[in-house]
Amino acid sequence: MPSTLLNPILERHRRDGTRLMQILRETQETLGWLPPEVITAIAAAVGWPRARVQATAEFYSFFHTRPMGRYRILWSDNITDRMLGSTELMQSMCRKLWLEPGRVSEDGLVSVDTTSCTGMGDQGPALLVNYRAVTRMTPQRVDEIVELVRAGTPVLGWPEEYFQVEDNIRRSDVLLGHGLTPGAALAAALERGAPAMLDEVKAAGLRGRGGAGFPTGQKWAACRGAEADVRYVVCNADEGEPGTFKDRVLLTSHADLVFEGMTIAGLAVGASLGLLYLRGEYRHLLEPLETVLARRRAQKLLGAGILGRDFAFDIEIHLGAGAYICGEESALIESLEGKPGRPRIRPPFPVTHGYLGRPTTVNNVETLAAACLVAKHGGAWYAALGTRKSAGTKLLSVSGDCTRPGIYEYPFGVTVAQVLADCGAHEPLAVQVSGPSGVCLADHEFGRRIAFEDVPSAGAFMVFDHSRDLFETARNFAHFFAHESCGFCTPCRVGTALVARLMDKVAAGHGSPYDLEELFKLHRLMQGTSHCGLGNTACNPVFDTLEKFRPAYERRIKSLAFEPAFDLDAALSQARQMTGRDDAAAHLSNVA
Amino acid sequence: MSETQTFSLDGEDVPFAPGQTVMQAAQAAGRWIPHLCWHPDFEAHGSCKLCTVRANGRLVAACTVAAQPGMAVENRTPDLDGRRQTLLQMLFVEGNHFCPSCEKSGNCLLQATAYEMGMMTPHFDMFYPDRPVDASHPETLLDFNRCILCALCVRASRDADGKNVFALSGRGIRSHLIVNHESGRLADTDFAATDRAANICPVGVILPKRRGFAVPIGRRKYDPAPASVVDVVPVKHEEEAR
Amino acid sequence: MSGKLRVATTSLAGCFGCHMSFLDIDERLLTLLEVVEFDRSPITDIKEVGQCDLGIIEGGVCNAENVHVLREFRKHCKTLVAMGACAVNGGLPAQRNHLDLRDILEEVYHTELGLAHGGIPNDPELPLPLNKVHPIHEVVKVDYFLPGCPPPADAIWKFLTDLVAGRTPHLAHGLLHYD
Repeated sequence: MPSTLLNPILERHRRDGTRLMQILRETQETLGWLPPEVITAIAAAVGWPRARVQATAEFYSFFHTRPMGRYRILWSDNITDRMLGSTELMQSMCRKLWLEPGRVSEDGLVSVDTTSCTGMGDQGPALLVNYRAVTRMTPQRVDEIVELVRAGTPVLGWPEEYFQVEDNIRRSDVLLGHGLTPGAALAAALERGAPAMLDEVKAAGLRGRGGAGFPTGQKWAACRGAEADVRYVVCNADEGEPGTFKDRVLLTSHADLVFEGMTIAGLAVGASLGLLYLRGEYRHLLEPLETVLARRRAQKLLGAGILGRDFAFDIEIHLGAGAYICGEESALIESLEGKPGRPRIRPPFPVTHGYLGRPTTVNNVETLAAACLVAKHGGAWYAALGTRKSAGTKLLSVSGDCTRPGIYEYPFGVTVAQVLADCGAHEPLAVQVSGPSGVCLADHEFGRRIAFEDVPSAGAFMVFDHSRDLFETARNFAHFFAHESCGFCTPCRVGTALVARLMDKVAAGHGSPYDLEELFKLHRLMQGTSHCGLGNTACNPVFDTLEKFRPAYERRIKSLAFEPAFDLDAALSQARQMTGRDDAAAHLSNVA
Repeated sequence: MSETQTFSLDGEDVPFAPGQTVMQAAQAAGRWIPHLCWHPDFEAHGSCKLCTVRANGRLVAACTVAAQPGMAVENRTPDLDGRRQTLLQMLFVEGNHFCPSCEKSGNCLLQATAYEMGMMTPHFDMFYPDRPVDASHPETLLDFNRCILCALCVRASRDADGKNVFALSGRGIRSHLIVNHESGRLADTDFAATDRAANICPVGVILPKRRGFAVPIGRRKYDPAPASVVDVVPVKHEEEAR
Repeated sequence: MSGKLRVATTSLAGCFGCHMSFLDIDERLLTLLEVVEFDRSPITDIKEVGQCDLGIIEGGVCNAENVHVLREFRKHCKTLVAMGACAVNGGLPAQRNHLDLRDILEEVYHTELGLAHGGIPNDPELPLPLNKVHPIHEVVKVDYFLPGCPPPADAIWKFLTDLVAGRTPHLAHGLLHYD
């Protein structure tokens, strides 16, 4: 490894192991992969045991410790991408490149594979090429990309329209229509002072927009009250829940509001550093966001002496590398510290022992943006919006079978039916609210309301019409969880793999009622014994669809008797090949 | 001294000192809560979930939950032991646990706990992963087929030996144990057979070479009595034994 | 009808060690014969399994014939028991599962000295090996499992007397083991 390449990266990150994620990413952006000797060199430079650096490199989907080709193409594999034809498009791309999915071409040129939802549900099918987001794939675009790859055209030279990401804002309310100029909310917060600002957030009834709905004021107060010399604000922009993309839009078109919310949080909790943890799939936002930060520093909205006051705060951006689990706040903090994103044992909670062991408030992008409204207009004003228990508005990322997918902002309490009508859903069969870890609603539940007290949501709203097969939706989600389980605890690590296998068994027509009972049994075990929310909710889609769309499963049950999960005749294929036999005794049927 | 505080474990009072976990207090009181990744000498890891108990109605890991006065903890109920059996079955299908060929058989905590939970079958379809062994070290063999990812070797090497020979790498079902060298070979690390990490593995991953099956069947650790008896040495007895 | 339980036993991909251990119940076999009679079993030399109350399977599933025999047992036996490590989790035969079957056949019949002239046997009389070895519960529904390599005679005795008496088999410490 030429140290001339590595040294500037190491220097930029002060040879600090807690910056390992950024060091690995920038190294890989330079070299294309992370060779063993480079991992050794990085470990030596940051003073960490090599095994620990390797553990981080091998945890994240977007880091590779073997070459994956000059072009790494990853198709977003959310169910909404599939509904838009991603599977067929990817197959056709592989065929044209003479490739098997997941394999690198023999000349080391290209690999094509799937990845978890890239957050482009309203403009799919989507993919990442060398971790740059591409939207609206078509058969024609597949052909063009195949040609560009074959010709060796650098990704920077690819047509700009491939990389165009739309906001698709369909309905605005107080947040998207905030009308605030940069600094206006911050000035109001500074005018109020930290304790009063905290009081306003409490009075506003602002609750976390990541889905759990923890009262923001309470979180900030706990962080402020924790004994420490240093505190941190972390903005959770690891928007990994499949079907969610509202944080992407906020960071694209309202970045000032998000950064200002972080700054206000810093003021309220007594922090001078904020960290934005941006999911790796949103790599394209890094430079624009850095530009906004630079402008805000120039405008005295960041740095020392903000708006002429005795208040210093700055913001750093950390990029993730393909790990849904980092949306869990303690896993996110582990990742910020350069480690694999495994959720910590709690308590202690991040508000007392967070980033680098210091009190840390981790808030969702939308929560922090909403805090600006509270700063500017006051808690009482904000509390009057929405419902009594769910103050304010909620951004919904609408995708799937509807004519107007995109971002919809509603006051809390809006009915599912209203959203369906607004987005142009025709004969909806079901809605998956808040992503795979959320809830699948059938038509008799469309009168329910999006609110913490009824149907809480982190923002995803995926619509399925009558042509859709909800078994396939649940199977897609089961594979998502198996892929994203961090592997720390037994029930989630093995359980998600077992659930995915059972769903594949049923899909292959080998299922029996016995297997459906197994799915329930795994659900009961994983819910309660798992270490974090991922394992606890991983069976939700299977459970919901088994309860509400059971015929989708029963349709695939061919026999009441137990059947093997594997194809017995195929299990003789290697022996047939080696012996050249094809007589009757050289075959087996799967049914006794 | 303040009055001793207690919580109830399956209906019987267990005393505890402030700061103790349910597991620590139970162990000190000579009560057995099934566990694999927990060890009294190391900080809790909380990953195997075998020690899942119901504390005041909520499922929690006994090794990480702090004991609270008056807490009602259920431990050996049919529901919890049933969950434990399923967790054990998960571990048995995830790796390659072929007890007849394992030198740790009879001294293995995974096996002994499975006996205790009455596990008659791995139940699920086997994964049969391909995990090559590392026989590079002159004195110690690493057989990854049996690894349950408890991280006891990771903790022992880091916290007792000050070496960091081991780490858990990968993600999800592809999680695996690695050693601290570019070659991936134990022989190239600073591992020594005298390390605490060499003698901490609860299963048969880290094994001394040329000492296999030294103890005859019938005299191995868990032959005379089950884990719930063997692994619970009330504190008093242990002190006398020293 | 004799009123006795009709029992069949067989060994698939096993070593007959479990059957040997079964015979180790010694004179208790006579006591057992007061309440059971044997159908297909190495003890009787009956070739095809008939209607039975209890089927006991030793060994895993490694070839096409194992599949046929196992299915016949499942069809004819009200209760099916997996006996021993191989039937329960694949056991010793499954130790080949991390290898590709083609490589194994290649190594055994082509590369390895001694059998070099034979080639890979392709006689239709010979059952073809499966790509992987499976425990029997992956191929048919199994009602009870009796682990051990082999299960000790006392465990087999306890297990069978429990079943005959209509109790769910339970093995105390020392009788339940996997090695």
